[in-house]
Amino acid sequence: MPVIEIRELTKRFGPKLAVDSLSFDVRPGMVTGFLGPNGAGKSTTMRMIIGLDRPTAGRVTVNGRPYAEHPDPLRQVGALLEAKAVHTSRTARNHLRVLAATHGIPTSRVDEMIDLVGLTDVATKRAGGFSLGMGQRLGIASALLGEPSVLVLDEPVNGLDPEGVRWVRDLLKYKAAQGCTVFVSSHLMSEMAVTADHVIVIGRGRLLADSPTAEIIRSASSNRVTVRTPDAARLQTALAGPDVKVTTAGPDLLEVEGLASARIGEIALAERIVLHELVPQQASLEEAFMEMTADDVEFHATATSTGGPTRDRSRV
Amino acid sequence: MTAAVTSVPVSAPQPAPTRVRVTQARVIRSEWIKFRTLRSSWITLGAGVAGMVGIGLLISWATNNRWTHMDPIERLTFDPVNRSLTGAFLAQLAIGVLGVLTVTGEYGTGMIRSTLGAVPKRLPVLWAKLGVYAVVTFGAALVAAFASFLGGQALLGTHGVSLSAPDALRCVIGVALYLTVVGIFAAGLGFAIRNTAGGIATLFGLLLVLPGLARALPSSWQQWIVPYLPSEAGGNVFAVLRDPSTLAAWTGFAVFCLWAAAAVALGAWVLSHRDA
Ligand SMILES: Nc1ncnc2c1ncn2[C@@H]1O[C@H](COP(=O)(O)OP(=O)(O)OP(=O)(O)O)[C@@H](O)[C@H]1O
Ligand SMILES: [Mg+2]
Repeated sequence: MPVIEIRELTKRFGPKLAVDSLSFDVRPGMVTGFLGPNGAGKSTTMRMIIGLDRPTAGRVTVNGRPYAEHPDPLRQVGALLEAKAVHTSRTARNHLRVLAATHGIPTSRVDEMIDLVGLTDVATKRAGGFSLGMGQRLGIASALLGEPSVLVLDEPVNGLDPEGVRWVRDLLKYKAAQGCTVFVSSHLMSEMAVTADHVIVIGRGRLLADSPTAEIIRSASSNRVTVRTPDAARLQTALAGPDVKVTTAGPDLLEVEGLASARIGEIALAERIVLHELVPQQASLEEAFMEMTADDVEFHATATSTGGPTRDRSRV
Repeated sequence: MTAAVTSVPVSAPQPAPTRVRVTQARVIRSEWIKFRTLRSSWITLGAGVAGMVGIGLLISWATNNRWTHMDPIERLTFDPVNRSLTGAFLAQLAIGVLGVLTVTGEYGTGMIRSTLGAVPKRLPVLWAKLGVYAVVTFGAALVAAFASFLGGQALLGTHGVSLSAPDALRCVIGVALYLTVVGIFAAGLGFAIRNTAGGIATLFGLLLVLPGLARALPSSWQQWIVPYLPSEAGGNVFAVLRDPSTLAAWTGFAVFCLWAAAAVALGAWVLSHRDA
């Protein structure tokens, strides 16, 4: 049974259609990644899940009901939002006590969460002085406070150090293994590739993909093949063609773009070149994502040339 | 042995009060923790109390000192009770600013998203905030009112009155109520406007600037407008001698409460209808 059900969800900010009749489910027992270019509507969707933004149309339920209709919301969903949600003059511990008090959660649980996220030393310091990563840890502590069965996390690893990133990854996987529903947005594709079992991709507020991560990666076309041969130089010449790019990746290793592995094998046979390896490369999640969202990126950056100092933008 | 392990354990019945869920009482408790864990709450409230008492004592002392130089009409309309409570005009600045800030401070920092994430029904937060702030303000204002009155009357010497004088007790409690309603008015505007500068400007525009503007109207209109303005109406509750054109003490206070109620109603509407 899906835990988060989103149906025809639409959110309009004035003329801007941020979320456009979006429908999908998030299921328990796995980590579901939520991907999309900047401004795709991920944060808006997440805010609507916990009722901070009201949908213009459509509906979203968590564990069978709109979030606000649960008697114990923090026990249902633990949320970490994109923007800071802490009073800057209050200490981390008091911030958590304030939230715990609304549900009758004991203060002992507050201290447990502080220890868990590693904020013990700064628990009595003003949250306003926290670094990005410390603020993120406090946000994670508040999300876990009510022992929720659903986690909705908007870019949780943003600003975390490598140890913190790994800790969050392990936490999400652990929660999912426990049967929790974990819905997490991120722009870090390599991180998502190892954390998410399932991904939902949106662009301009519309659903682009809703599949297992492995399937998304498999379906993405890759045109890279690595070839290992003792006769690399000769093969390189043999493969040369207008749409083919061959790069040397090692003394006997070539990386070929623009030719199928079967074709490379045929050419090698014709030239009587021995091949030790002929491996089609799988696309990365990043490539799959780029391919999928190519038409839906709203904010394009200008490509930065690495061609030489004269074209280096920072020197202009 | 296996059977014993796999048998479903009968879960112990949860004692009702410790169950994890949101109740209005818990939201009130949460708001009380919020209030007391901000140092600025106590500083502002303390400044309001000190300012009110200080001004009351100073003005009472000055009045007594200058008594022989006062003109006869001034002596005739002299209201010793009201005079000792003059500091309420200063205290209302502190209480008004703090009232706006308890709400807009959450919007400014983003705390409101945590608050409403925990209490997504939203309105319990408004009632809890108003309740906590009203009780705290009333307590502080009552202390300030008694201190101002007792100290002020002592400094007024032979021109002072005792608490058993007609209307004296009503005025002392009345000024505390007036300041409490200023706080509620302010918090209501905070919910409606969500912005600190806007909230404070609106509050003091209504309390302090509006009467001045209304007095610039043709005098035939003034009698229909001025007595009903918030501070004009509310101020009667701590005055013994009133200008006949103003409302009676409790009538005026009721009108003032209506203003505050309107601000709260607007705040409640905005809170429950607009995105956080
Ligand atoms: N409160 C708001 N008022 C007006 N427009 C808004 C508001 N919130 C979001 N938007 C707009 O809605 C769109 C979706 O924004 P959203 O923050 O949901 O995107 P996102 O997918 O989270 O992007 P990012 O990856 O940059 O975090 C954007 O165009 C944004 O400008
Ligand atoms: Mg976002």
